[in-house]
Amino acid sequence: MRARIRTARKAMVVAAVASLGAGLLAGCADDGGGDDSSSGGSGGDSGGKTTISVGLFGTMGFKEAGLYAEYEKLNPKIKIAENVVQRNENYYPALLNHLTTNSGLLDVQAVEVANIAEVTATQADKLEDMSKAPGVDKSKWLDWKWQQATAKDGKTIGLGTDVGPMAICYRTDLFKQAGLPTDPAEVGKLWAGDWAKLVDVGERYKSKAPKGTFFMDSPGGLIQAVLGSEKEKFYDASGEIIYKTNPAVKAAFDLTAEAAKNGLVQSQTQFQPGWNSSIANNKFAAIACPPWMLGTIKGYSKPDAAGKWAVATAPKGANWGGSFLTVPKSGKNVKEAQKFVAWLTAPEQQAKLFKVQGSFPSTPSAYTMPEVTGAKNEMTGDQAIGEIFAEAAKGAPVQVIGPKDQIIMQGLTDNGVILATKGKSAKEAWDSATKTIDNKLDQ
Amino acid sequence: MATRHDTTASPVKGGAAPGRPPEDAAAEKERRRREGLSRRWQRDIRWSPYAFVSPFFLLFVAFGLFPLIYTGWASLHQVELTAPTDMNWVGLRNYTRIFDDEFFWNAAKNTLTIGIISTVPQLLMAMGIAHILNYKLRASTFFRVAMLAPYATSIAAASLVFVLLFGRDYGMINWGLDAVGINPVDWQNDKWPSQFAVSTIIIWRWTGYNALIYLAAMQAIPQDLYESAALDGANRWQQFIHVTLPALRPTILFTVVVSTIGASQVFGEPLLFDANKGTSGGAEHQFQTLGLYLYEQGWVAQHLGRASAIAWTMFLILIVIGIVNYVISRRLRASS
Repeated sequence: MRARIRTARKAMVVAAVASLGAGLLAGCADDGGGDDSSSGGSGGDSGGKTTISVGLFGTMGFKEAGLYAEYEKLNPKIKIAENVVQRNENYYPALLNHLTTNSGLLDVQAVEVANIAEVTATQADKLEDMSKAPGVDKSKWLDWKWQQATAKDGKTIGLGTDVGPMAICYRTDLFKQAGLPTDPAEVGKLWAGDWAKLVDVGERYKSKAPKGTFFMDSPGGLIQAVLGSEKEKFYDASGEIIYKTNPAVKAAFDLTAEAAKNGLVQSQTQFQPGWNSSIANNKFAAIACPPWMLGTIKGYSKPDAAGKWAVATAPKGANWGGSFLTVPKSGKNVKEAQKFVAWLTAPEQQAKLFKVQGSFPSTPSAYTMPEVTGAKNEMTGDQAIGEIFAEAAKGAPVQVIGPKDQIIMQGLTDNGVILATKGKSAKEAWDSATKTIDNKLDQ
Repeated sequence: MATRHDTTASPVKGGAAPGRPPEDAAAEKERRRREGLSRRWQRDIRWSPYAFVSPFFLLFVAFGLFPLIYTGWASLHQVELTAPTDMNWVGLRNYTRIFDDEFFWNAAKNTLTIGIISTVPQLLMAMGIAHILNYKLRASTFFRVAMLAPYATSIAAASLVFVLLFGRDYGMINWGLDAVGINPVDWQNDKWPSQFAVSTIIIWRWTGYNALIYLAAMQAIPQDLYESAALDGANRWQQFIHVTLPALRPTILFTVVVSTIGASQVFGEPLLFDANKGTSGGAEHQFQTLGLYLYEQGWVAQHLGRASAIAWTMFLILIVIGIVNYVISRRLRASS
């Protein structure tokens, strides 16, 4: 009898251990689908509805603009569930990991423009060819945007959501106090054609600046803007890394480092808590400003800053930012996801997204839609900003982007120009940056 | 249960049932049944413990040993995160390059200095706190639990708060310094202030934990030792030095070993303290630890081979530290 009880107990223990182990293994297998609770175990099909899971970084605004709700209304059988990682620096390594192992991928995955070249070059075989998705018309996109996600064999792995045509946003009140013009057309003329002129305006600002304020927000923002107007920056057209020998990169670096050293630029790193607070405290007068930046400014400003900003054309046409939506082959609902992405990136939806979120359309036909032409922003008051950004989008160069753009840019800003604000010379900052970058590039 | 009727094997020696002449079929059946059970019983005794400890070892093999060996294998290759199966044999090159990798040595130095300026004050403070908690206090349970609160806090949440406290322009600490007339310190970008700030997070998080360990050991010290010390005229401080400390020696050694290992793996605090993009440990790598450098090589620069070599080098360094600790503790034990 005793033995029987023991056997029964043993069986129970074995069962318990087995179920624990199974639970652990199941936990691993389901990794990555993580936050999407409704898709767990039911193959993405719950209650007769198909759930499309969307992986995003930062605030891309599809949900905020009501686009999910609209699509769910149009397609009653579809449910959209998004899984947002705040920083692309955290989102992208995980995405890359999932892509290389081809597991744990959601139905739709966003890719930032700084990473699109790497994904296109190394992971294209795990992603659907979006040019063949139903309802996709290549001619609707800006050609350069389309090319960025197209592999050498002609396969297009992602559809562009937005672009970042660059302008300069500035504080009219601070400009006025410093004796500078405040009308956007006049301000644009001050620096038209040359980034160095922008820095000259900075000198003028500094000589009569309101106490405690700087002309621009950060060295990183300035060099990003200058490099955004170059056709070739870190890679040449044949795919070789040229960042160290490209005179345009060195010139942009030196211009920024000098400006930083002379105190025209506040010693901040963008998107850091200190930078966020300096927006709230009105510490700088101008900022390189793709449309999405207005959303960022709005996010950190106090209410009384509304309407005090204005948008002027940048010295040269430039682009900063913009994303793509891809559909992994191993997703649970590939066909539905493709349809959804095609709809979400269509010009009408991109225009709506701009109106609410400030993400500028990557489809030119949206530029004449009333959502864009009549767009106003709370921060810029009555100024209609759509046309300035539309002009900037058309004037942006077709830029060569390479797989390691993000690493190089980050090295130049976070390990480079920022040092000029600490009293390092441009040369010392350059040496420090290139050493860091080379160490990261060296396999 | 079905098997017990068809046991055909010969009886095991030393079975629980005494051997009986097989005159009666029913008794024979019963005897066999007992023998079968006893065999199972013996097997149970012998193998069950292994079954009970096996989950740990199975998990260890899957999540500890296999990654360890795989990392070792990867460290001998040039392999990128973008294509982990595409390995290119390079022998020991990933290890040899570490010798003239200034970023590695910078990280090693930072790990050492951060380790020292976090571990030493941490253990001293823990000792002091434990000593105070060892007195008769009102609501002592509350204080003991409160000591553990920082340890229970998520490291991410804690670090983010510290980032705000140590902010250069709008941080509370600089604001406080300013109020007493000290110039603001750039806690992010200057070398020693940044290392000090990172250490503060570590100290804040682990002091209470160590204090509780010390407290537990202090409460195991027999009370009569203190009484006789008091009779001999020793004051509180002398009691602490001559009774408490010697009795705590093994515990102190234990915490030193654990803290050293913890310090050599510091990762989360500097990663999150750099509210920047993270992995370079400040603009001039001034607080990049080895753990952070490993992460940067593997997950940002995507060089799995190099990262694996760094991981193995760290592992070897830890073994050396372990041996040194062992030798010192043996010497100490012998001398006492």
